[in-house]
Amino acid sequence: MAVTALPAKPATPRRRRVLPGFGLSLGYSLAWLGLIVLIPLVGVFVKASGLGFDGLWRIWTEPRVLSALWISFGTALAAAAFNAVMGTWVAWVFVRYKFPGKRLFDAMIDLPFALPTAVAGIALTALYGPTGWIGRWLEAAGIKVAYTPLGITVALVFIGLPFVVRVVQPVLAEVERELEEAAATLGANRLQIVWRVILPTLWPAVLAGFALAFARGVGEYGSVIFIAGNLPGVSEIAPLLITIKLEEFDYAGATAIAAAMLLLSFVLLLAINSLQARLARTQRGRT
Amino acid sequence: MSEVLLESGIPPMIPSPHAVLSDSAPVRVAQARDATTEPRWAQALLILGALAFLLAFLLLPLLLVFVEALRGGVGAFVQAVSETDALAAVKLTLLVTGIVVPLNLLFGVAAAWAVSKHQFPGKRWLVTLIDLPFAVSPVVAGLIFVLIFGAQGWAWPLIDEGWTGTLPLLGEVHVQLPKIIFALPGIVLATVFVTFPFIARELMPLMEQQGTDEELAALSLGASGWQTFWRVTLPNIRWALLYGVLLCSARAMGEFGAVSVVSGHIRGRTNTLPLHVEILYNEYAYSAAFAAASLLALSALITLVLKTYLEWRHGESLAANHRH
Repeated sequence: MAVTALPAKPATPRRRRVLPGFGLSLGYSLAWLGLIVLIPLVGVFVKASGLGFDGLWRIWTEPRVLSALWISFGTALAAAAFNAVMGTWVAWVFVRYKFPGKRLFDAMIDLPFALPTAVAGIALTALYGPTGWIGRWLEAAGIKVAYTPLGITVALVFIGLPFVVRVVQPVLAEVERELEEAAATLGANRLQIVWRVILPTLWPAVLAGFALAFARGVGEYGSVIFIAGNLPGVSEIAPLLITIKLEEFDYAGATAIAAAMLLLSFVLLLAINSLQARLARTQRGRT
Repeated sequence: MSEVLLESGIPPMIPSPHAVLSDSAPVRVAQARDATTEPRWAQALLILGALAFLLAFLLLPLLLVFVEALRGGVGAFVQAVSETDALAAVKLTLLVTGIVVPLNLLFGVAAAWAVSKHQFPGKRWLVTLIDLPFAVSPVVAGLIFVLIFGAQGWAWPLIDEGWTGTLPLLGEVHVQLPKIIFALPGIVLATVFVTFPFIARELMPLMEQQGTDEELAALSLGASGWQTFWRVTLPNIRWALLYGVLLCSARAMGEFGAVSVVSGHIRGRTNTLPLHVEILYNEYAYSAAFAAASLLALSALITLVLKTYLEWRHGESLAANHRH
């Protein structure tokens, strides 16, 4: 190996770090990252480990804490799954069809990124509340949305939608029509083509969008607390419980819940990154 | 439609096995032609379904904000947004955004320069760490600063009494931090954390893709490092920079969870506009709450218009995933 690598060696160091400012920019980035993000985050774990495993376990297994974590993760999962379907649907309509107002609707997809979560929260509560424009019809049909876990899910659908649409849309636009035509000449009908030719190429993107929407939904606070009703054990989310513990000066409790959420979120982030790496690989493999 | 094509003598795009039988079985031809697109009725259903969904989840909530804001008439609206607490909230929100965005801009450019113009071990880890704040709940983002700077935090003695010590050369020094939690610095810190990756995320893929050829050319012609950055790199990334600033400031203005934990909700002093909305809403002052909310909704709409304009007009100078 050393012999074959020799001729290439002089070229590599000269190509690397030829632009100035590497030390300055990297040093500044690392220092800022450390001060703002890493040290404070590590602080949570230091503080949490101060409770000892028994102390942590006691807080984690409190019924109120368990149900709050369960509600946060359960509603985020439900909303992300719903968004995976509806987001793919919306992306499909945008990429494949022409209709009036398409550009406007396309631009509106990013509204949840731009609209402050508190504003979304009070608007969704008023819309889906018992006297709201949509809520009154659902109420008449016997479906209660506001102040139930279903309401939390509605808020998380709003928050997570752009993640799925914006990840699926470009991938769908790249799907080659030749593949569909080939499948058609081989006698496949439209449903078979969609299900067995197009959807398999979309799966990595849909999954990545799902994971992003899920990760965002688990920690979401502003849009949820207005519509949730915040009944302990029924519709109280984990981030809200953290703020309640803080207001009671129960720093240990708040830290333990935060550490649980962080651990679960980091696992998620790792999953998202490996998914996206795989997505990039399959896309590169196709071209 | 396919029958029309056949009659006009244009061969069908797909050499379908049924095409030969077209005269005797026109219905089956129609089916085969439809194999790369859906029938009209299915298209209409899919479009209507998607639009109904977007209406119920995106457009109606937005519309409702403005309708509720103006429900009590224009007079009540003007009164609600020009009240002293509301004005103080607007001012604080703008001040925080004005501090946070430049800080993240500086970080974003530095990080993107280091990551996308150089090779070094651990680069992927650095990118993942920059993304970390996206995976952290805003409430936890607020909590971490309470744990450090709050009344029970590690740094509290530095804030409460300060630190006095003797340093070589300087002699006796007294270091005292200002109040951070329930004050402006805490709000700024929490907002910087939450918006941390925005600008770096926009710049890194674009600068990676632009490579280093132009910078190398400038350097070989005798430009200094800073000249190269200001005259070559910056013009190449200016639209992406603006795009990142736009997203970052939208989030900074609207941040709620993180700020709500560190601000203490002191009216007229540490209330940002989103917190002001919450307080009014919880006091059942719905019209006033929606009036304040409509200001934020309006700024969100302006953000969307500018963002769409940038994507449409300068799409080729943005990261690939924002081109239309």
